[in-house]
Amino acid sequence: MSGLAGGLVAAAAAVAGLALAAPASARAPDDVFVMAKEIDDIITLDPAEVFEFSGAEYSANVYERLVYFDVDNVQELKGGAARSWTVSDDGRTYTFHIREGQTFHSGNPVTAFDAAYSLRRVVLLNKSPAFILAQFGFTPENVRERIRAVDDSTLTIETDRAYAPSFFLACLTSGVGSVVDSKLVQAHDKGGDMGHGWLRTRSAGSGPFKLRMWKPNELIILDGFADYWRGPPAMTRVVIRHIAEPGTQRLLIETGDIDVARNLGPDQVAGIGGNPGLRVRYARKGALYYLGLNQNNPYLRRPEVKQALRYLVDYDGIAKTILRGSAVVHQSFLPQGFLGAIDDRPYRLDADKAKRLLEEAGLGAGFAVTMDTRNTRPALDVAQSIQATFALADIRLEILPAGGKQVLTKYRARNHDIYFGRWGPDYQDPHTNASAFASNPDNSMGAEFKTLAWRNGWEAPDLTAMTAAAVFERDPDRRATLYAEIQRRHQQDSPFVIMFQEVELVVERARLSGLVLGPSFDSNFYRAVVKN
Amino acid sequence: MQLGSVLRLVVSVALTLLGLLLVTFVIGRVLPIDPVLAAVGDRAPADVIAQVRAEMGLDLPLYEQFWIYLVHAVHGDLGTSVLTANPVLADIKRVFPATLELATTATLLGVLLGVPLGVTAAVNRGRWPDHVIRVVGLMGYSVPVFWLGLVGLLVFYAMLGWTAGPGRIDVHYEGLVEPMTGVILIDSALEGQWKVFTNALKHLVLPASILGYFSLAYISRMTRGFMIEQLGQEYIVTARIKGLSEARVVWRHAFGNVLVPLVTVIALTYASLLEGSVLTETVFAWPGLGLYITNSLFNADMNAVLGGTLVVGVVFVALNLLVDLLYRVLDPRAWAGKGA
Repeated sequence: MSGLAGGLVAAAAAVAGLALAAPASARAPDDVFVMAKEIDDIITLDPAEVFEFSGAEYSANVYERLVYFDVDNVQELKGGAARSWTVSDDGRTYTFHIREGQTFHSGNPVTAFDAAYSLRRVVLLNKSPAFILAQFGFTPENVRERIRAVDDSTLTIETDRAYAPSFFLACLTSGVGSVVDSKLVQAHDKGGDMGHGWLRTRSAGSGPFKLRMWKPNELIILDGFADYWRGPPAMTRVVIRHIAEPGTQRLLIETGDIDVARNLGPDQVAGIGGNPGLRVRYARKGALYYLGLNQNNPYLRRPEVKQALRYLVDYDGIAKTILRGSAVVHQSFLPQGFLGAIDDRPYRLDADKAKRLLEEAGLGAGFAVTMDTRNTRPALDVAQSIQATFALADIRLEILPAGGKQVLTKYRARNHDIYFGRWGPDYQDPHTNASAFASNPDNSMGAEFKTLAWRNGWEAPDLTAMTAAAVFERDPDRRATLYAEIQRRHQQDSPFVIMFQEVELVVERARLSGLVLGPSFDSNFYRAVVKN
Repeated sequence: MQLGSVLRLVVSVALTLLGLLLVTFVIGRVLPIDPVLAAVGDRAPADVIAQVRAEMGLDLPLYEQFWIYLVHAVHGDLGTSVLTANPVLADIKRVFPATLELATTATLLGVLLGVPLGVTAAVNRGRWPDHVIRVVGLMGYSVPVFWLGLVGLLVFYAMLGWTAGPGRIDVHYEGLVEPMTGVILIDSALEGQWKVFTNALKHLVLPASILGYFSLAYISRMTRGFMIEQLGQEYIVTARIKGLSEARVVWRHAFGNVLVPLVTVIALTYASLLEGSVLTETVFAWPGLGLYITNSLFNADMNAVLGGTLVVGVVFVALNLLVDLLYRVLDPRAWAGKGA
């Protein structure tokens, strides 16, 4: 090799050598909490618009909500920005007493006027989660009259009908119940947008953390809020890094550069088993994995076929060999932990029974059908298992994998045969899933409410009526009984094969404690995190 | 260059970019993905969906949508990304420097190592250095970048601790340097923040080396081919008969004639890296252009896709112009209009 070539190589080596000269440790200080998580689903930071998993978790840590549910017992409500509340005898008027001494990150005091402004703002902006409040009869026309601050510490909310208080209050525990700093937000109003354009990338809350930086698809940095009413968080800073590749997350947690890895699959978790410096946590979430059977398909419409397919899923095998801790078998539309949830498991893999049912339907020779699914794991692995077990009854299943939004577009247009999907509740009340799975007020293409039942073309007048009635049952026990009945009928009749309830696998460093992993993503809290 | 030539060039570039945007726009609109989904999610009620569809202009005829986009683009407004809530221009200012930093370093490594290796292989054709270099190149072609990235991280970051982990910089250095160019190495050097500079270099070295390895494989192979062709020419035999040193024969005479096609190869390699490398960016959590465009495409976030495509188009056009200029420097015949 000539001198020139040698020089070029030496120059390249020098560049590399400079970087390799010293060890590359990136351990976070003891008062900084670093977490790896897929956060590319965040499209906005405005709590009136946030409706994505990561955005909901961000909101829960930056904004104080009027009320919270207890993560260990979701039927138990506790105060947040509101220290107490009462319900009028007629069940329509709620009066909230705002906790004194709270301040926003800006230093402005938290008042009932801010709370009223925040709730009205949700209705007036009419973004994706607005229906959570709008279902109580609030409209842009009446919201100023029905949601009012009487004085600095008293907020009254008047619903259009006497709903179950547990239903209304559960809705306020979701992101739409976040209190925003009305003075700060309104100062950034542009063309009557109530500061929405500004707040999409900024924060104006009173929660334990305030936003320092958001780089989309890259990171979020939060700073601890010293004047938080429950006391300042131990962590002065929280860093959430977007790491899409689970293998990379595993390396980061093993080297100690992050404190928590949030998106490890069963393979990665199995790989780190036995590492004494790490702890695996299993947090049951509300999301369900299910099959939706389009009732416009002449085969899938037959009751025997629907029932047969429920016997053609290897529930236990999939849970044990594919999902491995990331989900548990669950066969009803209310996830465990919800009011009225049942744990009945009437179905298991039984090909003989499925064949008999198909013969009764005159389909003893089987039939061909397609299934749309996301092209990611574990969805593809589960789909392949289902394909194999369907074949036991001569059902020839063709899997159609595609990107998430593409599959969803097709599903929403009712162009699928079978849809393998995941559904998470919008708020911590049984109505959220009952209205999705068991209600279809209008099955026409122009329907206002395109529920999951609608997407599968399922007309269910009885269950729709029962679901509508259940929200007015003010006695919690009777209400729970109603939902149990709806679920049992749904298990027998519906075009849904509900299979699993999601479990979030979280790996954290053993010296870390206090990370709260609630039943939904907006009940994951960082305030109590400490490093021992 | 005469005024007429400049005008022709400007028109040609404008038409190229217009064609690129039009094709991308049409592809985006025929994708079986509802763009409203990315904006409002899966749960939004019908009235919200209709409202957002109208706000996004999706209820207008296609030609009208494209015209509105063009008018805004000409005024420097590439719209707002649905996925990031930021103006597309701001997003591009953030992600393109990340790709530029990675692609430039990778190409430098590829050229600095690939060219000498290619020349060495050609000079030693059929002997052991040629075989070794061919095997090294073959690995570069055949090993998946995804796998190599993870193994690289495992060995050099997790086991040996020589390089930093994923991302462009350690989180505690975030925000310390004002992003003037967006290229952290340059910005930190300009501000004299040498700790940040060193940290950024530690993060850059591994992904750049891995991408550089793939460039090296291609560049060395092409260099070898070009050189073998030149070394078999009669003028080389003549030079040797005249008693010139072997180094002069190889580097001055043969390599001098290889430069023109080699510059094209290097420019194309560089351009392909500037499009972004999705897999490398995913493994190394490198927030670059490739990942930005891909994510946007899968969500039918068309403002972002069109903005990203425009950048890629401009990069290709600019590199082509640069290569044309280099031709003129490297090959005097090109000045006379006889060259390539």
